[in-house]
Amino acid sequence: MTTSSESPQRPPAIRVSGIEKAFKDLPVLRGVDLEVEHGSIFALLGSNGAGKTTLVRILSTLLNADAGTATIQGFDVAGDPARVRESISLTGQFAAVDEVLTGRENLVLVARLRHLKNPGQIADVMLARFGLSAAGLRRAGTYSGGMRRRLDVAMSLIGNPPVVFLDEPTTGLDPQSRQDVWQTVRRLADDGTTVLLTTQTLDEAEQLADRIAILHRGRIIQNGTLTELKKLLPPVKVEYVEKQPSLEDVFLALVDETASPDTTLGSTVEATRAGRNSDDQPRTS
Amino acid sequence: MTSHVLADTCVLTGRSLRHILRSPDTIITTAVIPIALMLLFTYVFGGAIDTGDGQSYINYLLPGILLITIASGISYTAYRLFLDLQSGIVDRFQSMPIARSSVLWGHALTSLASNMVSVGIVISVALILGFRTSASPGSWIVIVGVLLLSTLTLTWVAIIAGLAAKTVDGASALSYPLIFLPFISSAFVPIATMPGPIAWFAENQPVTSIVDTIRALFAQQSIGSDIWIALIWLIGILVVAYALAIVLYNRKTTSA
Repeated sequence: MTTSSESPQRPPAIRVSGIEKAFKDLPVLRGVDLEVEHGSIFALLGSNGAGKTTLVRILSTLLNADAGTATIQGFDVAGDPARVRESISLTGQFAAVDEVLTGRENLVLVARLRHLKNPGQIADVMLARFGLSAAGLRRAGTYSGGMRRRLDVAMSLIGNPPVVFLDEPTTGLDPQSRQDVWQTVRRLADDGTTVLLTTQTLDEAEQLADRIAILHRGRIIQNGTLTELKKLLPPVKVEYVEKQPSLEDVFLALVDETASPDTTLGSTVEATRAGRNSDDQPRTS
Repeated sequence: MTSHVLADTCVLTGRSLRHILRSPDTIITTAVIPIALMLLFTYVFGGAIDTGDGQSYINYLLPGILLITIASGISYTAYRLFLDLQSGIVDRFQSMPIARSSVLWGHALTSLASNMVSVGIVISVALILGFRTSASPGSWIVIVGVLLLSTLTLTWVAIIAGLAAKTVDGASALSYPLIFLPFISSAFVPIATMPGPIAWFAENQPVTSIVDTIRALFAQQSIGSDIWIALIWLIGILVVAYALAIVLYNRKTTSA
């Protein structure tokens, strides 16, 4: 079911096997297994309380598992947490930016803590890349939700960690900001970064992920590509339904002055997905 | 990784010092209660208090007021640490390759800096109100050293409070008992006037030896054994509080 096309000499970017975790008497994870290939986008889908955040916290060395093992880039999260931390970055569910500092200072802070040279220059590059240059000298506390999340993601990407965890990266964002985050995630994977993201919205997983795992009551109950998951449903029944634009389509068309009517984001996304799904091989760029 | 302790601590201290510079009211409010108490005791109660050592009451009072200043200042450390834990920024720091203790040391060093500014403000006001000292530069160095050590010790106690707190109010409530401790000591009145059990408590609690040490240094009198008792108290509490804080922090950042 998992990665049979994997080349044997290179371990997967993320390998989780038999991870269990309970808080007091409440079991949250009851034996989770999954593997994520290098440079792919892996979506962990589940409702509130399914254990997504707990798993992400274990993988990012913030929490010890009760049983099982997990490796990131070959490093064990429990045995070699320092090496793991050099390989990862975490964007939490609630944008953890320093509200008192300016956007630029937040980025400089992270660059310094990652012991990089020229933190100021790195910060400026990131501000430009995430469309925050104009707001760079304002306190992050004054940012809108979308700007905060962009800053949060920008902070995560400083130092180009090979593995990125995004815990519900678009929760609470408006449709436009959500599209921006999606765009960023796609670009990351195109550059070879491995992305594990958690989400509770199905279309997010559908839009972004190479593989999707469904976490339910502490176990992975399904894991596969979108096509594989769709096959699990009863055969397709052909019906003729008038295609109404969704309110999101309307909203985006009205709000986004740059897009011309015939190149809506929806169709671009479809094209991207089609290109991605046509090859199930791991991309090793 | 340990080679980064100093660098990471500097970066994180710089971060929280920025917080203070952008809300300097925390330094002012830290100094307000001690200054109010100083006014109250100097002009309302002071006339009726006989300290029996012939010096002006504000000279007698100031060391205790300085400890109250520190006790109220460190609650901001608990508060800021609690907010950092709450907001998820500690998670962000902990998921990065930094020295783990630097998150706490950043707050501790910031506390030292901001409390010394508050103490400086209180001493300036005391000078306006008539406080006078004949302390030599050497005595001043010892006084500042004792105040810094007191701040560091109480800061680590406050860090425990910040780590253990469940609410913002809980994090900053620590100050109240600490502010009242000097009242049951030699800080405001001589212990001899207190009834037996209270006098015994006052005689044997850390504030008395610290206050007596600083008072003697300000007056250029001999400090006797008080300074050693004060140092044993402070270093003892510091070691215990530091160990507890680290244990609590590691537990909090890897298993909860």
